[in-house]
Amino acid sequence: MTAVSYTLTDSATLLRRNLRRLRRYPSMTLMLVGMPIVFMLLFVYAFGGQLSHGLPGALAGGHSGRAGYLNYITPGILLVTVAAAVQGTAIVVAMDMTGGIIDRFRTMAITRSAVLTGHVLASLIQNFASCVVIVGVAVALGFRPTARPTAWLATIGMLMLFSIALAWLATALGLAAKSVETASNTPMFLTLLPFLGSGFVPTATMPAGLRQFAEYQPFTPITETLRGLLTGTGIGTNSIAATAWSIGIGLTSYLWARRLYQHHTPR
Amino acid sequence: MNSVRRPAIVATELCKSFGGTVVLDRVDLHVAEGTIFALLGPNGAGKTTIVRILSTLIPADSGVASVAGHDVCRDADALRATIGVTGQFSALDELLTGEENLRLMADLNHLDRTSGRARVGELVERFELVDAVSRPVSTYSGGMRRRLDLAMTLVGSPNVIFLDEPTTGLDPRSRRTTWEIIRNLAAQGVTIFLTTQYLDEADRLADRIAVLDRGRIVAEGTADALKRRIPGGHVRLEFAAPQALLAAASIIDDASHDEENLVLQVPSDGSVASLRRMLDQLGDAHIEVEQLSIHTPDLDDVFLAVTGHATEEAMIE
Repeated sequence: MTAVSYTLTDSATLLRRNLRRLRRYPSMTLMLVGMPIVFMLLFVYAFGGQLSHGLPGALAGGHSGRAGYLNYITPGILLVTVAAAVQGTAIVVAMDMTGGIIDRFRTMAITRSAVLTGHVLASLIQNFASCVVIVGVAVALGFRPTARPTAWLATIGMLMLFSIALAWLATALGLAAKSVETASNTPMFLTLLPFLGSGFVPTATMPAGLRQFAEYQPFTPITETLRGLLTGTGIGTNSIAATAWSIGIGLTSYLWARRLYQHHTPR
Repeated sequence: MNSVRRPAIVATELCKSFGGTVVLDRVDLHVAEGTIFALLGPNGAGKTTIVRILSTLIPADSGVASVAGHDVCRDADALRATIGVTGQFSALDELLTGEENLRLMADLNHLDRTSGRARVGELVERFELVDAVSRPVSTYSGGMRRRLDLAMTLVGSPNVIFLDEPTTGLDPRSRRTTWEIIRNLAAQGVTIFLTTQYLDEADRLADRIAVLDRGRIVAEGTADALKRRIPGGHVRLEFAAPQALLAAASIIDDASHDEENLVLQVPSDGSVASLRRMLDQLGDAHIEVEQLSIHTPDLDDVFLAVTGHATEEAMIE
Protein backbone atom coordinates (compact mmCIF):
# COMPACT_ATOMS: atom_id res chain seq x y z
CA MET A 1 0.00 0.00 0.00
CA THR A 2 2.74 2.46 0.94
CA ALA A 3 4.66 1.44 -2.16
CA VAL A 4 1.66 2.30 -4.32
CA SER A 5 1.05 5.61 -2.55
CA TYR A 6 4.75 6.51 -2.88
CA THR A 7 4.54 5.78 -6.59
CA LEU A 8 1.63 8.20 -6.80
CA THR A 9 3.20 10.95 -4.69
CA ASP A 10 6.54 10.63 -6.50
CA SER A 11 4.82 10.81 -9.88
CA ALA A 12 2.82 13.84 -8.71
CA THR A 13 5.99 15.53 -7.40
CA LEU A 14 7.80 14.99 -10.68
CA LEU A 15 4.71 16.06 -12.65
CA ARG A 16 4.73 19.37 -10.72
CA ARG A 17 8.41 19.75 -11.51
CA ASN A 18 7.84 19.13 -15.22
CA LEU A 19 4.93 21.56 -15.44
CA ARG A 20 7.03 24.19 -13.66
CA ARG A 21 9.81 23.58 -16.19
CA LEU A 22 7.35 24.00 -19.07
CA ARG A 23 6.30 27.35 -17.63
CA ARG A 24 9.95 28.43 -17.41
CA TYR A 25 10.56 27.44 -21.00
CA PRO A 26 7.39 28.68 -22.75
CA SER A 27 8.95 29.28 -26.17
CA MET A 28 8.99 25.55 -26.92
CA THR A 29 5.31 25.06 -26.00
CA LEU A 30 4.30 28.14 -28.00
CA MET A 31 6.19 26.91 -31.03
CA LEU A 32 4.69 23.43 -30.80
CA VAL A 33 1.13 24.79 -30.48
CA GLY A 34 1.76 27.43 -33.10
CA MET A 35 2.73 24.89 -35.75
CA PRO A 36 -0.72 23.19 -36.09
CA ILE A 37 -2.38 26.62 -36.08
CA VAL A 38 -0.18 27.65 -39.01
CA PHE A 39 -1.04 24.39 -40.80
CA MET A 40 -4.73 25.01 -40.20
CA LEU A 41 -4.58 28.55 -41.63
CA LEU A 42 -2.46 27.35 -44.54
CA PHE A 43 -4.71 24.47 -45.46
CA VAL A 44 -8.00 26.33 -45.06
CA TYR A 45 -7.06 29.63 -46.69
CA ALA A 46 -4.17 28.85 -49.06
CA PHE A 47 -5.11 25.34 -50.24
CA GLY A 48 -8.71 24.99 -49.04
CA GLY A 49 -10.30 26.79 -51.97
CA GLN A 50 -8.95 24.24 -54.42
CA LEU A 51 -8.87 21.15 -52.20
CA SER A 52 -12.51 21.56 -51.11
CA HIS A 53 -13.69 21.12 -54.72
CA GLY A 54 -12.94 17.43 -54.84
CA LEU A 55 -14.32 16.74 -51.39
CA PRO A 56 -17.64 14.84 -51.22
CA GLY A 57 -20.16 16.83 -49.18
CA ALA A 58 -20.81 13.87 -46.87
CA LEU A 59 -17.21 14.07 -45.64
CA ALA A 60 -17.40 17.83 -45.03
CA GLY A 61 -20.08 17.74 -42.38
CA GLY A 62 -22.67 19.02 -44.81
CA HIS A 63 -20.78 22.24 -45.52
CA SER A 64 -19.11 23.23 -48.74
CA GLY A 65 -16.08 25.30 -49.69
CA ARG A 66 -13.55 26.34 -47.10
CA ALA A 67 -15.95 25.78 -44.18
CA GLY A 68 -16.50 22.21 -45.34
CA TYR A 69 -12.79 21.63 -45.77
CA LEU A 70 -12.13 23.01 -42.27
CA ASN A 71 -14.65 20.50 -40.92
CA TYR A 72 -12.85 17.78 -42.82
CA ILE A 73 -9.29 18.57 -41.64
CA THR A 74 -9.85 19.52 -38.00
CA PRO A 75 -9.43 15.88 -36.78
CA GLY A 76 -6.17 15.66 -38.76
CA ILE A 77 -5.01 18.99 -37.32
CA LEU A 78 -5.74 17.66 -33.82
CA LEU A 79 -3.47 14.67 -34.52
CA VAL A 80 -0.76 16.99 -35.86
CA THR A 81 -1.14 18.88 -32.57
CA VAL A 82 -0.64 15.73 -30.50
CA ALA A 83 2.31 14.62 -32.64
CA ALA A 84 3.93 18.07 -32.33
CA ALA A 85 3.35 18.29 -28.59
CA VAL A 86 5.04 14.94 -27.90
CA GLN A 87 8.08 16.22 -29.79
CA GLY A 88 8.45 18.53 -26.79
CA THR A 89 8.18 15.52 -24.50
CA ALA A 90 11.06 13.78 -26.28
CA ILE A 91 13.11 16.98 -25.91
CA VAL A 92 12.51 17.40 -22.16
CA VAL A 93 13.14 13.69 -21.52
CA ALA A 94 16.44 13.93 -23.42
CA MET A 95 17.32 17.12 -21.50
CA ASP A 96 16.89 15.16 -18.29
CA MET A 97 18.80 12.11 -19.47
CA THR A 98 21.78 14.03 -20.81
CA GLY A 99 21.98 16.27 -17.72
CA GLY A 100 23.27 15.28 -14.31
CA ILE A 101 19.92 15.28 -12.52
CA ILE A 102 18.86 11.87 -13.79
CA ASP A 103 21.76 10.26 -11.91
CA ARG A 104 20.51 11.95 -8.77
CA PHE A 105 16.99 10.58 -9.34
CA ARG A 106 18.36 7.13 -10.06
CA THR A 107 20.34 7.04 -6.81
CA MET A 108 17.31 8.07 -4.76
CA ALA A 109 14.62 5.79 -3.39
CA ILE A 110 12.08 6.98 -5.97
CA THR A 111 9.86 4.45 -7.69
CA ARG A 112 11.71 3.84 -10.93
CA SER A 113 8.69 4.41 -13.14
CA ALA A 114 7.80 7.70 -11.41
CA VAL A 115 10.37 9.73 -13.36
CA LEU A 116 8.92 8.58 -16.69
CA THR A 117 5.32 8.69 -15.49
CA GLY A 118 5.91 12.29 -14.44
CA HIS A 119 6.94 13.13 -17.99
CA VAL A 120 4.02 11.29 -19.59
CA LEU A 121 1.49 12.97 -17.29
CA ALA A 122 2.96 16.41 -18.04
CA SER A 123 2.78 15.57 -21.74
CA LEU A 124 -0.84 14.54 -21.38
CA ILE A 125 -1.78 17.81 -19.71
CA GLN A 126 0.10 19.74 -22.37
CA ASN A 127 -1.65 17.73 -25.09
CA PHE A 128 -5.06 18.35 -23.61
CA ALA A 129 -4.45 22.10 -23.30
CA SER A 130 -3.08 22.27 -26.86
CA CYS A 131 -6.10 20.42 -28.26
CA VAL A 132 -8.48 22.78 -26.45
CA VAL A 133 -6.65 25.74 -28.00
CA ILE A 134 -6.78 24.16 -31.47
CA VAL A 135 -10.50 23.36 -31.24
CA GLY A 136 -11.05 26.95 -30.07
CA VAL A 137 -9.17 28.36 -33.06
CA ALA A 138 -10.97 25.98 -35.41
CA VAL A 139 -14.39 27.03 -34.08
CA ALA A 140 -13.36 30.68 -34.45
CA LEU A 141 -12.51 29.98 -38.10
CA GLY A 142 -15.86 28.32 -38.74
CA PHE A 143 -15.50 24.69 -37.60
CA ARG A 144 -19.02 23.46 -36.78
CA PRO A 145 -18.93 20.09 -34.98
CA THR A 146 -22.23 18.27 -34.64
CA ALA A 147 -21.09 16.17 -31.70
CA ARG A 148 -23.36 15.68 -28.70
CA PRO A 149 -21.87 15.60 -25.14
CA THR A 150 -21.30 11.81 -25.24
CA ALA A 151 -19.52 12.13 -28.58
CA TRP A 152 -17.41 14.96 -27.14
CA LEU A 153 -16.47 12.75 -24.19
CA ALA A 154 -15.56 9.95 -26.60
CA THR A 155 -13.48 12.44 -28.64
CA ILE A 156 -11.59 13.52 -25.52
CA GLY A 157 -11.14 9.86 -24.54
CA MET A 158 -9.81 8.92 -27.98
CA LEU A 159 -7.43 11.91 -28.09
CA MET A 160 -6.15 11.25 -24.59
CA LEU A 161 -5.66 7.53 -25.21
CA PHE A 162 -3.68 8.33 -28.35
CA SER A 163 -1.79 11.08 -26.50
CA ILE A 164 -0.73 8.60 -23.82
CA ALA A 165 0.48 6.22 -26.54
CA LEU A 166 2.49 8.89 -28.36
CA ALA A 167 3.78 10.37 -25.08
CA TRP A 168 5.26 6.98 -24.16
CA LEU A 169 6.67 6.63 -27.66
CA ALA A 170 8.22 10.11 -27.44
CA THR A 171 9.57 9.30 -23.97
CA ALA A 172 11.25 6.20 -25.36
CA LEU A 173 12.64 8.19 -28.30
CA GLY A 174 13.91 10.82 -25.86
CA LEU A 175 15.57 8.09 -23.78
CA ALA A 176 17.11 6.47 -26.84
CA ALA A 177 18.51 9.76 -28.17
CA LYS A 178 22.18 10.47 -27.43
CA SER A 179 21.57 14.22 -27.49
CA VAL A 180 18.77 16.75 -27.14
CA GLU A 181 19.17 17.65 -30.83
CA THR A 182 18.53 14.04 -31.89
CA ALA A 183 15.53 13.87 -29.59
CA SER A 184 14.01 16.93 -31.23
CA ASN A 185 14.32 15.29 -34.66
CA THR A 186 13.39 11.63 -34.22
CA PRO A 187 9.68 12.17 -33.37
CA MET A 188 9.24 14.50 -36.36
CA PHE A 189 7.95 11.69 -38.61
CA LEU A 190 4.88 11.57 -36.35
CA THR A 191 3.75 15.02 -37.50
CA LEU A 192 3.96 13.82 -41.11
CA LEU A 193 1.74 10.78 -40.64
CA PRO A 194 -1.60 12.65 -40.53
CA PHE A 195 -0.72 13.95 -44.02
CA LEU A 196 0.06 10.45 -45.27
CA GLY A 197 -3.35 9.26 -44.07
CA SER A 198 -6.89 10.56 -44.28
CA GLY A 199 -6.14 13.77 -42.38
CA PHE A 200 -6.19 16.22 -45.29
CA VAL A 201 -7.43 14.38 -48.38
CA PRO A 202 -9.39 11.12 -48.73
CA THR A 203 -7.01 8.17 -49.12
CA ALA A 204 -8.94 7.06 -52.23
CA THR A 205 -7.35 9.96 -54.16
CA MET A 206 -3.84 8.63 -53.52
CA PRO A 207 -1.82 6.44 -55.92
CA ALA A 208 -1.61 2.72 -55.20
CA GLY A 209 1.17 1.92 -52.73
CA LEU A 210 0.81 5.19 -50.87
CA ARG A 211 -2.92 4.47 -50.65
CA GLN A 212 -2.33 1.08 -49.03
CA PHE A 213 0.11 2.65 -46.58
CA ALA A 214 -2.35 5.47 -45.82
CA GLU A 215 -5.21 3.07 -45.25
CA TYR A 216 -3.36 0.80 -42.88
CA GLN A 217 -1.23 3.20 -40.84
CA PRO A 218 -2.50 3.98 -37.32
CA PHE A 219 -3.29 7.67 -37.83
CA THR A 220 -6.00 6.88 -40.40
CA PRO A 221 -8.45 4.92 -38.21
CA ILE A 222 -7.87 7.46 -35.43
CA THR A 223 -8.57 10.36 -37.83
CA GLU A 224 -11.71 8.58 -39.07
CA THR A 225 -12.92 7.90 -35.53
CA LEU A 226 -12.43 11.54 -34.48
CA ARG A 227 -14.07 12.78 -37.69
CA GLY A 228 -17.03 10.52 -37.11
CA LEU A 229 -17.42 11.61 -33.51
CA LEU A 230 -17.10 15.32 -34.30
CA THR A 231 -18.92 15.69 -37.62
CA GLY A 232 -21.05 12.56 -37.88
CA THR A 233 -19.27 10.77 -40.76
CA GLY A 234 -19.28 6.96 -40.69
CA ILE A 235 -16.92 5.33 -38.17
CA GLY A 236 -17.42 1.63 -38.86
CA THR A 237 -14.68 -0.57 -37.41
CA ASN A 238 -12.25 2.36 -37.29
CA SER A 239 -12.88 2.95 -33.59
CA ILE A 240 -11.77 -0.60 -32.80
CA ALA A 241 -8.64 -0.27 -34.95
CA ALA A 242 -7.94 3.15 -33.41
CA THR A 243 -8.20 1.81 -29.87
CA ALA A 244 -6.12 -1.26 -30.68
CA TRP A 245 -3.38 0.82 -32.33
CA SER A 246 -3.28 3.25 -29.40
CA ILE A 247 -3.05 0.50 -26.79
CA GLY A 248 -0.47 -1.38 -28.89
CA ILE A 249 1.76 1.65 -29.46
CA GLY A 250 1.37 2.76 -25.83
CA LEU A 251 2.17 -0.61 -24.32
CA THR A 252 5.13 -1.37 -26.58
CA SER A 253 6.57 2.11 -26.05
CA TYR A 254 6.06 1.88 -22.28
CA LEU A 255 7.99 -1.39 -22.11
CA TRP A 256 10.68 0.00 -24.39
CA ALA A 257 10.99 3.22 -22.34
CA ARG A 258 11.15 1.30 -19.06
CA ARG A 259 13.89 -0.91 -20.42
CA LEU A 260 15.92 2.04 -21.74
CA TYR A 261 15.57 3.82 -18.40
CA GLN A 262 16.70 0.82 -16.37
CA HIS A 263 19.71 0.21 -18.57
CA HIS A 264 20.66 3.85 -18.93
CA THR A 265 24.42 4.33 -18.79
CA PRO A 266 25.50 7.53 -17.09
CA ARG A 267 27.56 9.76 -19.34
CA MET B 1 29.04 7.38 17.75
CA ASN B 2 29.47 3.65 17.83
CA SER B 3 32.29 2.29 19.83
CA VAL B 4 32.34 -0.87 17.72
CA ARG B 5 32.35 0.30 14.13
CA ARG B 6 30.39 -1.76 11.68
CA PRO B 7 31.34 -1.61 8.04
CA ALA B 8 29.32 0.98 6.08
CA ILE B 9 30.68 -0.12 2.72
CA VAL B 10 32.02 -3.53 1.79
CA ALA B 11 33.08 -4.58 -1.69
CA THR B 12 34.70 -7.83 -2.70
CA GLU B 13 36.37 -8.57 -6.01
CA LEU B 14 34.51 -5.95 -8.02
CA CYS B 15 35.21 -6.22 -11.74
CA LYS B 16 33.96 -4.03 -14.55
CA SER B 17 34.87 -3.75 -18.23
CA PHE B 18 33.57 -1.38 -20.86
CA GLY B 19 33.77 -2.76 -24.38
CA GLY B 20 36.69 -5.07 -23.67
CA THR B 21 38.65 -2.50 -21.64
CA VAL B 22 39.10 -3.54 -18.04
CA VAL B 23 38.12 -0.59 -15.84
CA LEU B 24 38.00 -2.32 -12.47
CA ASP B 25 40.05 -5.37 -11.65
CA ARG B 26 39.11 -7.25 -8.44
CA VAL B 27 38.59 -4.22 -6.23
CA ASP B 28 38.12 -4.85 -2.50
CA LEU B 29 36.89 -2.09 -0.20
CA HIS B 30 36.09 -1.87 3.47
CA VAL B 31 34.87 1.40 4.95
CA ALA B 32 33.98 1.62 8.64
CA GLU B 33 30.80 3.42 9.70
CA GLY B 34 31.22 7.10 10.52
CA THR B 35 34.64 7.43 8.90
CA ILE B 36 35.93 9.36 5.92
CA PHE B 37 37.38 7.18 3.19
CA ALA B 38 39.26 8.65 0.25
CA LEU B 39 39.78 6.90 -3.05
CA LEU B 40 42.86 8.50 -4.53
CA GLY B 41 43.83 8.22 -8.15
CA PRO B 42 44.40 10.07 -11.41
CA ASN B 43 41.77 10.56 -14.12
CA GLY B 44 40.75 7.30 -15.71
CA ALA B 45 41.79 5.13 -12.77
CA GLY B 46 38.20 3.93 -12.26
CA LYS B 47 37.13 6.09 -9.31
CA THR B 48 33.83 7.21 -10.82
CA THR B 49 33.03 3.66 -11.91
CA ILE B 50 33.36 2.48 -8.29
CA VAL B 51 31.07 5.27 -7.08
CA ARG B 52 28.53 4.39 -9.77
CA ILE B 53 28.52 0.72 -8.82
CA LEU B 54 28.22 1.43 -5.10
CA SER B 55 25.41 3.95 -5.70
CA THR B 56 23.46 1.45 -7.92
CA LEU B 57 23.82 3.47 -11.13
CA ILE B 58 25.56 0.65 -12.97
CA PRO B 59 25.99 -3.04 -12.15
CA ALA B 60 29.40 -4.64 -11.66
CA ASP B 61 30.32 -7.45 -14.03
CA SER B 62 31.23 -9.62 -11.07
CA GLY B 63 31.92 -9.32 -7.37
CA VAL B 64 29.65 -8.29 -4.52
CA ALA B 65 29.17 -4.97 -2.79
CA SER B 66 26.94 -3.66 -0.05
CA VAL B 67 26.31 -0.28 1.52
CA ALA B 68 24.84 0.02 5.03
CA GLY B 69 24.20 -3.72 4.89
CA HIS B 70 22.18 -3.55 1.66
CA ASP B 71 23.38 -5.44 -1.39
CA VAL B 72 23.81 -3.20 -4.47
CA CYS B 73 21.84 -5.58 -6.70
CA ARG B 74 19.32 -7.40 -4.56
CA ASP B 75 18.53 -4.59 -2.15
CA ALA B 76 18.96 -1.51 -4.33
CA ASP B 77 15.88 0.36 -3.12
CA ALA B 78 16.75 0.06 0.56
CA LEU B 79 20.33 1.02 -0.28
CA ARG B 80 19.20 4.14 -2.14
CA ALA B 81 17.14 5.21 0.85
CA THR B 82 20.26 5.40 3.02
CA ILE B 83 22.75 7.05 0.66
CA GLY B 84 23.37 10.47 -0.83
CA VAL B 85 25.41 10.98 -3.99
CA THR B 86 27.06 14.09 -5.35
CA GLY B 87 28.55 13.25 -8.70
CA GLN B 88 31.22 14.99 -10.70
CA PHE B 89 28.66 16.67 -12.94
CA SER B 90 26.17 19.00 -11.33
CA ALA B 91 22.88 17.24 -10.73
CA LEU B 92 20.67 20.30 -10.59
CA ASP B 93 17.55 21.38 -12.42
CA GLU B 94 18.78 24.42 -14.31
CA LEU B 95 15.30 25.81 -14.97
CA LEU B 96 14.29 25.78 -11.31
CA THR B 97 15.44 28.07 -8.52
CA GLY B 98 17.74 26.86 -5.74
CA GLU B 99 14.82 26.64 -3.36
CA GLU B 100 12.67 24.73 -5.84
CA ASN B 101 15.51 22.25 -6.34
CA LEU B 102 15.79 21.70 -2.60
CA ARG B 103 12.02 21.43 -2.17
CA LEU B 104 11.93 18.85 -4.97
CA MET B 105 14.41 16.79 -2.95
CA ALA B 106 12.32 17.23 0.20
CA ASP B 107 9.21 15.98 -1.64
CA LEU B 108 11.05 13.04 -3.20
CA ASN B 109 12.38 12.12 0.24
CA HIS B 110 8.75 12.14 1.44
CA LEU B 111 9.32 14.77 4.10
CA ASP B 112 6.04 16.35 5.16
CA ARG B 113 5.48 20.02 4.36
CA THR B 114 6.61 21.42 7.71
CA SER B 115 9.74 19.33 8.17
CA GLY B 116 10.56 19.73 4.47
CA ARG B 117 10.49 23.52 4.76
CA ALA B 118 12.50 23.40 7.98
CA ARG B 119 15.13 21.13 6.45
CA VAL B 120 15.43 23.27 3.31
CA GLY B 121 15.71 26.47 5.38
CA GLU B 122 18.40 24.94 7.56
CA LEU B 123 20.47 23.79 4.56
CA VAL B 124 20.10 27.15 2.81
CA GLU B 125 21.56 28.84 5.91
CA ARG B 126 24.31 26.29 6.36
CA PHE B 127 25.44 26.45 2.74
CA GLU B 128 25.31 30.25 2.53
CA LEU B 129 22.69 30.23 -0.21
CA VAL B 130 20.24 32.64 1.43
CA ASP B 131 20.75 35.42 -1.14
CA ALA B 132 20.68 33.11 -4.15
CA VAL B 133 17.90 30.73 -3.22
CA SER B 134 15.12 32.38 -5.22
CA ARG B 135 17.20 32.76 -8.39
CA PRO B 136 17.22 30.16 -11.19
CA VAL B 137 20.18 27.80 -10.90
CA SER B 138 21.35 28.80 -14.39
CA THR B 139 22.60 32.08 -12.86
CA TYR B 140 24.75 30.39 -10.18
CA SER B 141 28.55 30.41 -10.04
CA GLY B 142 30.53 27.15 -9.98
CA GLY B 143 31.03 27.26 -6.22
CA MET B 144 27.35 27.97 -5.57
CA ARG B 145 26.35 25.06 -7.80
CA ARG B 146 28.55 22.69 -5.84
CA ARG B 147 27.12 23.94 -2.56
CA LEU B 148 23.55 23.56 -3.79
CA ASP B 149 24.38 20.14 -5.19
CA LEU B 150 25.73 19.02 -1.82
CA ALA B 151 22.79 20.59 0.01
CA MET B 152 20.38 18.63 -2.24
CA THR B 153 22.24 15.43 -1.38
CA LEU B 154 21.78 16.14 2.32
CA VAL B 155 18.03 16.89 2.28
CA GLY B 156 17.23 13.24 2.95
CA SER B 157 19.74 13.01 5.84
CA PRO B 158 21.70 10.11 4.32
CA ASN B 159 23.89 7.84 6.46
CA VAL B 160 26.44 7.25 3.74
CA ILE B 161 27.52 9.97 1.32
CA PHE B 162 29.42 9.49 -1.93
CA LEU B 163 31.32 12.52 -3.19
CA ASP B 164 32.93 12.14 -6.58
CA GLU B 165 35.77 14.67 -6.81
CA PRO B 166 33.96 17.21 -4.65
CA THR B 167 36.55 19.97 -5.01
CA THR B 168 37.80 19.56 -8.58
CA GLY B 169 37.57 22.93 -10.29
CA LEU B 170 36.82 24.89 -7.13
CA ASP B 171 38.71 27.98 -6.03
CA PRO B 172 40.81 27.63 -2.84
CA ARG B 173 38.21 29.30 -0.63
CA SER B 174 35.34 27.11 -1.85
CA ARG B 175 37.63 24.11 -1.43
CA ARG B 176 38.20 24.90 2.22
CA THR B 177 34.46 25.47 2.75
CA THR B 178 33.74 22.05 1.23
CA TRP B 179 36.36 20.40 3.45
CA GLU B 180 34.75 22.03 6.49
CA ILE B 181 31.33 20.71 5.48
CA ILE B 182 32.71 17.19 4.98
CA ARG B 183 34.41 17.20 8.39
CA ASN B 184 31.22 18.40 10.07
CA LEU B 185 29.21 15.64 8.43
CA ALA B 186 31.69 13.01 9.58
CA ALA B 187 31.56 14.47 13.09
CA GLN B 188 27.80 13.81 13.04
CA GLY B 189 28.45 10.14 12.32
CA VAL B 190 27.88 10.17 8.56
CA THR B 191 30.12 7.85 6.56
CA ILE B 192 31.87 9.67 3.71
CA PHE B 193 33.26 7.99 0.62
CA LEU B 194 35.09 10.53 -1.51
CA THR B 195 37.23 10.33 -4.60
CA THR B 196 40.01 12.77 -5.27
CA GLN B 197 43.05 13.41 -7.42
CA TYR B 198 44.71 15.44 -4.68
CA LEU B 199 46.95 13.85 -2.09
CA ASP B 200 46.62 16.87 0.21
CA GLU B 201 42.83 16.58 0.15
CA ALA B 202 42.92 12.89 1.08
CA ASP B 203 45.60 13.66 3.69
CA ARG B 204 43.57 16.42 5.35
CA LEU B 205 40.21 14.69 5.35
CA ALA B 206 40.42 10.95 5.26
CA ASP B 207 40.73 8.40 8.03
CA ARG B 208 41.78 5.88 5.44
CA ILE B 209 43.02 6.23 1.88
CA ALA B 210 43.04 3.72 -0.95
CA VAL B 211 45.16 4.37 -4.01
CA LEU B 212 43.52 3.28 -7.26
CA ASP B 213 45.61 2.67 -10.35
CA ARG B 214 44.28 1.31 -13.64
CA GLY B 215 41.33 -0.27 -11.87
CA ARG B 216 43.30 -1.89 -9.07
CA ILE B 217 43.76 -0.87 -5.44
CA VAL B 218 47.54 -0.65 -5.16
CA ALA B 219 47.83 0.67 -1.61
CA GLU B 220 45.52 1.16 1.32
CA GLY B 221 45.91 2.56 4.80
CA THR B 222 45.90 5.69 6.92
CA ALA B 223 47.47 8.83 5.49
CA ASP B 224 50.48 8.38 7.79
CA ALA B 225 50.98 4.75 6.84
CA LEU B 226 50.78 5.67 3.19
CA LYS B 227 53.23 8.52 3.52
CA ARG B 228 55.71 6.21 5.20
CA ARG B 229 55.77 4.23 1.97
CA ILE B 230 56.54 7.33 -0.05
CA PRO B 231 60.13 8.45 -0.20
CA GLY B 232 60.04 11.73 1.69
CA GLY B 233 60.69 15.08 0.11
CA HIS B 234 63.87 15.90 -1.69
CA VAL B 235 65.98 18.83 -2.70
CA ARG B 236 66.75 19.34 -6.34
CA LEU B 237 70.04 21.00 -7.26
CA GLU B 238 70.85 22.22 -10.75
CA PHE B 239 74.37 22.82 -11.95
CA ALA B 240 75.94 24.74 -14.81
CA ALA B 241 78.57 22.15 -15.68
CA PRO B 242 78.95 18.35 -15.44
CA GLN B 243 82.13 18.72 -13.35
CA ALA B 244 80.25 20.61 -10.65
CA LEU B 245 77.51 17.96 -10.69
CA LEU B 246 79.95 15.09 -10.26
CA ALA B 247 81.89 16.92 -7.59
CA ALA B 248 78.70 17.58 -5.64
CA ALA B 249 77.55 13.98 -6.07
CA SER B 250 80.83 12.74 -4.60
CA ILE B 251 80.48 14.72 -1.35
CA ILE B 252 76.74 14.45 -0.64
CA ASP B 253 75.42 11.12 0.69
CA ASP B 254 72.43 9.32 -0.91
CA ALA B 255 72.26 11.76 -3.80
CA SER B 256 71.16 10.50 -7.19
CA HIS B 257 72.42 12.41 -10.21
CA ASP B 258 71.09 12.97 -13.68
CA GLU B 259 74.00 13.91 -15.93
CA GLU B 260 71.88 14.78 -18.94
CA ASN B 261 69.96 17.50 -17.15
CA LEU B 262 72.79 18.36 -14.70
CA VAL B 263 70.45 17.69 -11.77
CA LEU B 264 71.22 16.22 -8.37
CA GLN B 265 68.38 14.89 -6.20
CA VAL B 266 69.05 14.78 -2.49
CA PRO B 267 66.60 13.17 -0.05
CA SER B 268 65.64 15.77 2.52
CA ASP B 269 63.03 16.56 5.13
CA GLY B 270 63.16 20.16 3.94
CA SER B 271 64.33 21.53 7.33
CA VAL B 272 66.44 24.68 7.40
CA ALA B 273 69.19 22.93 9.42
CA SER B 274 69.65 20.15 6.89
CA LEU B 275 69.61 22.62 3.99
CA ARG B 276 72.21 24.82 5.67
CA ARG B 277 74.45 21.79 6.33
CA MET B 278 74.22 20.74 2.67
CA LEU B 279 74.89 24.23 1.33
CA ASP B 280 77.85 24.62 3.71
CA GLN B 281 79.30 21.34 2.41
CA LEU B 282 78.97 22.58 -1.17
CA GLY B 283 80.37 26.01 -0.29
CA ASP B 284 83.41 24.52 1.45
CA ALA B 285 84.14 22.52 -1.71
CA HIS B 286 83.67 25.68 -3.87
CA ILE B 287 80.91 24.11 -5.95
CA GLU B 288 78.54 26.56 -7.68
CA VAL B 289 74.84 25.65 -7.59
CA GLU B 290 72.69 27.27 -10.31
CA GLN B 291 69.30 26.58 -8.78
CA LEU B 292 67.78 24.90 -5.78
CA SER B 293 64.21 23.73 -5.27
CA ILE B 294 62.51 21.85 -2.45
CA HIS B 295 60.05 19.16 -3.35
CA THR B 296 57.32 17.85 -0.98
CA PRO B 297 55.58 14.55 -1.79
CA ASP B 298 52.43 14.66 -3.96
CA LEU B 299 50.25 12.24 -5.87
CA ASP B 300 53.04 11.63 -8.35
CA ASP B 301 55.33 10.46 -5.58
CA VAL B 302 52.65 8.19 -4.18
CA PHE B 303 52.23 6.70 -7.60
CA LEU B 304 55.90 6.28 -8.23
CA ALA B 305 56.30 4.66 -4.85
CA VAL B 306 53.39 2.22 -5.00
CA THR B 307 53.10 1.52 -8.72
CA GLY B 308 56.53 2.26 -10.11
CA HIS B 309 55.10 4.60 -12.76
CA ALA B 310 53.91 8.19 -12.90
CA THR B 311 50.29 9.36 -12.95
CA GLU B 312 50.50 10.36 -16.63
CA GLU B 313 51.15 6.74 -17.59
CA ALA B 314 48.09 5.70 -15.61
CA MET B 315 46.01 8.28 -17.46
CA ILE B 316 47.07 7.06 -20.90
CA GLU B 317 45.51 3.66 -20.19
